Amino acid sequence: MNNSVFSNSIRFIVLVLVQVLICNHISFLGFISPYIYILFILLYPLKDENRAVFLLLSFLIGLSVDIFSDSGGIHAAASLCIAYIRPVVLRFSFGSAYEYQTLKIRNTDLGQRAVYIGIVVLTHHLILFSLEIFSFTHLLLILEKTLLSGVFTLLLCLLLIPLFSVKNQ
Amino acid sequence: MQNIINFFLKNRFFFLFFVLLSFSLVLTIQSHNYHSSKFINSANWVSGGIYKAASSVSDYFGLKTYNIQLLEENRKLRTLLFSNQTSQSDTIPPDSLLLQGNSEYVVRTASVIKNSYKSPKNYITIDRGEQDGITQDMGVITSNGIVGIIDNTSAHYATVQSVLNTLTRINAQLKSTNHFGTLQWDGQSEKRLQLVDISRIAPVKEGDTVVTGGMSTIFPKGVPIGVIESYHLDISENYYIINVAMFNDMTNLGHVYVIENTNKEEILELEQSVNEQ
Repeated sequence: MNNSVFSNSIRFIVLVLVQVLICNHISFLGFISPYIYILFILLYPLKDENRAVFLLLSFLIGLSVDIFSDSGGIHAAASLCIAYIRPVVLRFSFGSAYEYQTLKIRNTDLGQRAVYIGIVVLTHHLILFSLEIFSFTHLLLILEKTLLSGVFTLLLCLLLIPLFSVKNQ
Repeated sequence: MQNIINFFLKNRFFFLFFVLLSFSLVLTIQSHNYHSSKFINSANWVSGGIYKAASSVSDYFGLKTYNIQLLEENRKLRTLLFSNQTSQSDTIPPDSLLLQGNSEYVVRTASVIKNSYKSPKNYITIDRGEQDGITQDMGVITSNGIVGIIDNTSAHYATVQSVLNTLTRINAQLKSTNHFGTLQWDGQSEKRLQLVDISRIAPVKEGDTVVTGGMSTIFPKGVPIGVIESYHLDISENYYIINVAMFNDMTNLGHVYVIENTNKEEILELEQSVNEQ
């Protein structure tokens, strides 16, 4: 338990710093940037999950990114939403393995993992960009940004997950 | 009663979710209004300190560019100085706001420690704050042109609402004539600003220079902004919408000047007393 608290705190801090110091400066083709701090929410342990703590931590990581990037509360709202819907997405993408609590994300096969991350990333980006642009007249721009940034984030997440699991074993 | 408590206990995660979500939505809506993102901004000692440490490393990579910029600015000032000396005889010295000590404007230097230009609402963080005399609504410029307006301040850091922010409105005018309008940004390109409300009788030409107007207390009159790239009439056909290509490269900001108007309070007081009458 202690070990998991420790490794989660480290992960929290590292992901916020990587996001604000590196990823916020990436703008591929001018406007595509990855939001990899959601790895914290994706990889949060399933077993000793206290849902209230999980929701609070997800909210806090979003808020930290908001403070650094002067963006109001958009990251906080988006990460809170994906934390809330995570159990549903897990059940949808992994089926019975999640029900029996035997699931370990690093042991799943690539297809299921991509579906899980894809749904979470797209939901997160859709909420994020809707709140950032905040106008329905730019609906196409919101969808375009969601899709392109989403693919970029998805690829980065798939590449980074093995990196995180080595540390935990 | 028992049922109500049970209902709350059963749905406690939903209520937690709901409370946190409303909190973040309030912050988001606040950030879409001018000057109200008071609590969540990067001008605090944690994020300011981290950005400062990071920029103290990355600053080294920009040293060459900064030197060239400084050299260019020195050249301009020297030209001003020498051309001033020759025609010194009896004229009043020109409005050299950067040279005089006790002028209407006080100029302070600052370094940019965080810059952004991609989102519709961009903010810049600088490494000077209240302890260096920086307060809200001061103008920020570089030697090339305008950068933004001070938004929030802490003891050692301040955030700047960039001109690349859809909320920013700056009074601007054509350099050749005194026709003035409002400078804003449509959120599209980080190289182009829009100057609106210029009357159609104004002689607008491509390549003309646009400078700040003296109608606000934030910027002094005549700070360069950019050149006219293209223009067209708005729907009412009475006013021009002008695309202005900025002199400043907003993606590459190193050192900036913060301008304080020492007569600001006097002007605002006067204007307020006129409005009350």
